[in-house]
Amino acid sequence: MNKKINKPSEKDFNNPYEFGFETDIETVFAPKGLNEDVVRFISDKKEEPKWLLDWRLDSYNRWLKMKEPDWSSLRYPKIDYQDAYYFSAPKEIEKPKSLDEVDPKLIETYNKLGIPLKEQEWLAGVAVDAVFDSVSLGTTFKEKLKEDGVIFCSFSEAVKEHPEIIKKYLGTVVPNSDNFFATLNSAVFSDGSFVYIPPGVTCPMELSTYFRINAAGTGQFERTLLIADEDSYVSYLEGCTAPMRDEHQLHAAVVELVALKGAEIKYSTVQNWYPGDEEGKGGVYNFVTKRGDCRGDNSKISWTQVETGSAITWKYPSCILKGDNSSGEFHSIAISNNYQQVDSGTKMLHLGKNTKSRIISKGVSSGSSSNTYRGQVNIHPKSENSRNFTQCDSLLLTGNCSATTIPYVESKNKTSTIEHEATSSKISEDQLFYCLQRGLDEEEAIALIVNGFCKEVLQKLPMEFAVEAQKLLEISLEGSVG
Amino acid sequence: MSGNLLEINDLHVNAGDKEILKGLNLSIPFNEIHAIMGPNGSGKSVLSNVLSGNEDYKVTSGQIIFKNKNITELKPNEISNLGLFMAFQYPLEIPGVTIMNFLKTIHEANRRANGLEVLGPSDFLKYVREKAEILGINDEVLKRQLNVGFSGGEKKRNETLQLLVLDPVLTILDETDSGLDVDALDIVSDGIVGMKNEENSFLVITHYKKLLDKLSPSKVHILVDGRIVESGGPDLADKIENKGFESFN
Repeated sequence: MNKKINKPSEKDFNNPYEFGFETDIETVFAPKGLNEDVVRFISDKKEEPKWLLDWRLDSYNRWLKMKEPDWSSLRYPKIDYQDAYYFSAPKEIEKPKSLDEVDPKLIETYNKLGIPLKEQEWLAGVAVDAVFDSVSLGTTFKEKLKEDGVIFCSFSEAVKEHPEIIKKYLGTVVPNSDNFFATLNSAVFSDGSFVYIPPGVTCPMELSTYFRINAAGTGQFERTLLIADEDSYVSYLEGCTAPMRDEHQLHAAVVELVALKGAEIKYSTVQNWYPGDEEGKGGVYNFVTKRGDCRGDNSKISWTQVETGSAITWKYPSCILKGDNSSGEFHSIAISNNYQQVDSGTKMLHLGKNTKSRIISKGVSSGSSSNTYRGQVNIHPKSENSRNFTQCDSLLLTGNCSATTIPYVESKNKTSTIEHEATSSKISEDQLFYCLQRGLDEEEAIALIVNGFCKEVLQKLPMEFAVEAQKLLEISLEGSVG
Repeated sequence: MSGNLLEINDLHVNAGDKEILKGLNLSIPFNEIHAIMGPNGSGKSVLSNVLSGNEDYKVTSGQIIFKNKNITELKPNEISNLGLFMAFQYPLEIPGVTIMNFLKTIHEANRRANGLEVLGPSDFLKYVREKAEILGINDEVLKRQLNVGFSGGEKKRNETLQLLVLDPVLTILDETDSGLDVDALDIVSDGIVGMKNEENSFLVITHYKKLLDKLSPSKVHILVDGRIVESGGPDLADKIENKGFESFN
């Protein structure tokens, strides 16, 4: 399969507003709280067909009977689900009027990442009423994708334009009974992305939510559905290296991937939601359900993630290896600083024969943060000759932080093998002194050592993301020593 | 103002509660190679660490003057960027960081600290290859992780490469010759002789005479129990070779 793809040039990335960003000044919002009427309101606003409204209502009713999971190592105050807006919060609430009202640390970070002022305002959620020029490049990309039959649009648009595909695949990887947060999302999801790659097509470019992030509006209850039809290939980039400030504290996204026979999906994420300030105040609670289904034989799904943001991260991108010879990969870097809490990992469910999975997890903890890897590898009795390799490495930078590795492994087939390696280390004083003697200051030295520690995963990121991610690691760990 | 590159005045240093250096005096002028010899436990490694600003050791009194600047209280990176390089006796491993990347990072830090422009990628590559060639290090080696899976001798060669790339005014070789076979010793010492010029000086800390034969120091100091007990010409090294350190106790 030809994997050559046309990458957007660096120039394109530096001019995000050429991508047709638009601001919608209209404020339409449902009242606070969650009930059937709110679910109907959301569906109505989006002019959804009845089957989707029914699905939302079914989800809502299931959700009412569910309990918030408490098995993770995360500690956070009880969330009052009736004290939140589920459809577009009124814009005047909590919005800073200018960058002067935004956490100066956040601005400092934007400057270090070289983000233009206008974009800083947007990221920080400043109430801007400037209408950005909607142009062209975004449209150009769309045209190009259209030629190949690739569909890449917002979820809402897909519901209108391609209801048959949505109906066929929605909820088939993450059912609306799956878990508390996914079920909540199924009831109230706001918008998200939809991707369909037709059979035999290698997607001509990396698809990125960055191109149309504004159209997605709120990322609070995002819903993404990506289908790679037979023998197709797609690389999808989600997220943004810039820390995004959001008035919503609770985020519960769902991502469903379907890889049919011979298809390959590479899904990369850089997640950098606002982590709260140095005392642990504020910050996003991020409860995400991401799952890929290697539905066809010889299919492949790989997850690569760099997690540096959010106050709370609850996230386990998983693979269901249904097709024979299918393979799943999970490469993860999770950085936690200050009072951040991360409980993240993956699930690899081997069902088909000769299936393979590979897990590489790198956790870096600093400050008073806690960082847990939680992973599950399950080999079904009929999954012959399957293999899993797991490697979990933790690096601790300070004495107050913690790193935990919790692997659940189960093989019910004698011909299959599971390997697990775990290491835990601290940056040694000697290593630091060595770097300092060569002229690096402590932060530079730690950044270098951490980048080395994470290299295996950083290499899996698409080029343009890798450079940004490397810079991001440095920024995330600033002030973690001394 | 003194004309010396390095001046150590009555230096007392503790490791924990124990005094290791007990009033050490030493001057190294510009453009000279000096050697320090001494038995195990005499304080040789502590001296090189203290000169490099290692905070594991506490200076209780005395002064270290480098380039006419009191560096006694400076941080290791500040001292380094003034132009002091220490080749480690046991070079550290940095997993995941290639030799090339490490060289680039330290070279840039050094240039920035001295207000110099950072070299572009191709100029830097050319610069490193020049230095690497002197030591017989090829591109494949430059792509390997720093000191990971290298033998003791190869690690010393990596140290020497960093030395050539940073091109400091004062180099401390902390038992760089230990663990080296004859061939490796030749490569390392040739590299050092090659970089010697009128503007730099060396302090060679060693047990053995072999490296000194190659470097022909202008002065040899004998360190015993935290003090320089005798200083002299190269012939002092011969005396040690024949009679050991016993006579200095």
